Amino acid sequence: MDPRVAIIEERLKSIKKIIAVAAGKGGVGKSTVATGLALVLSEMGHNVGLFDLDFYGPSTHVILGASEEIQPTEERGIVPPKVHGIEFMSLVFYTGKNPAPLRGPDLTNALIELLAITRWGELDFLIVDMPPGLGDTTLDAIRLLKNPNFLVVTTPSRIAYETVSKLVALLSELGIPILGVIENMRRPSDRARASFGVRVLGELPFDEGLEDALGDPGRFLQTEFAQRLHEIALAIIQRSRGLT
Amino acid sequence: MHEWALAESVVATVKRVAHEKKLHRITEITVKVGELQQIEREIFEFALEQMLSQADSPMRDAKVVLEVERAQFCCRVCGTRWAFETQQLSPEIAEAIHFIPELAHTYIRCPQCHSPDFEVVQGRGVWLASLKGEE
Repeated sequence: MDPRVAIIEERLKSIKKIIAVAAGKGGVGKSTVATGLALVLSEMGHNVGLFDLDFYGPSTHVILGASEEIQPTEERGIVPPKVHGIEFMSLVFYTGKNPAPLRGPDLTNALIELLAITRWGELDFLIVDMPPGLGDTTLDAIRLLKNPNFLVVTTPSRIAYETVSKLVALLSELGIPILGVIENMRRPSDRARASFGVRVLGELPFDEGLEDALGDPGRFLQTEFAQRLHEIALAIIQRSRGLT
Repeated sequence: MHEWALAESVVATVKRVAHEKKLHRITEITVKVGELQQIEREIFEFALEQMLSQADSPMRDAKVVLEVERAQFCCRVCGTRWAFETQQLSPEIAEAIHFIPELAHTYIRCPQCHSPDFEVVQGRGVWLASLKGEE
């Protein structure tokens, strides 16, 4: 019997709300939305954690500007370091610039290990940057995280809608709460698309200034992207109160 | 210490199993640890004993048997089998694998064909091998 699973619930006890930011697809700006949401909620005065579960392509540390010197501390497990006021955990602390070529069972074991040994503080929100797709880590997160609420990110592209609709269908079938959909990278010329039957929380513009603000949270929070995300965050707070 | 976190998970599992099997007294707990986990045996045993002595009465006097299983790999590409050798790793890499044993795939390669695509045949994880007690 694997004892690690038994302790996960205890490890997540100090977290009021877990928000899994998912897309079912790569390239829609999911990590930017997840990190931005963590920064915006933290700026509002909430205690926030950010957990990067994209083991193949972790990138939230780049957006957050976490320097290589920042590391978790050991204290009866591992305590996530605070980066710009956010408790932050990522596999990248242990892989650095090296790839993590993991097969399915290894992904599951790595996630269980991280969940079993990470000691989060008292958090109002834990934002989870989910991997693309509906594979092992997504299914494990649904199984192991304490009642996660999903926030689904898409772009106006038909390609993104096609894939993301499958994620929404799966979550709906499993009865997992969906906070809503965010349409990212919207340009004024983009056509309106049919909804998934899930509430659209808002649109985020294709922001030319965003790339230069990556790694600099102060500047990031000044972007139009972050300001629009602030409005969406208020809607999320309102909506998350209504979902269990 | 990472060992404390794992010891805590073992004690939580013992508690759950004892409850399910309606055991009123637990006499012996056998825990197996994979070598890849690179656990400091003394710290892990100390942590287990400390936590058990503070836990509910059914497990307070339980004897702890700790067994370490050697780690072995088998390459999925060329079929080579080899054993885990900590002495070949830098302290930073050994520590990364200690925390997340799957990172063996990041830092270890097949000695024959250099592939990262290998199976950990044995010696990974921590598990409760057996529990003896009285109903």
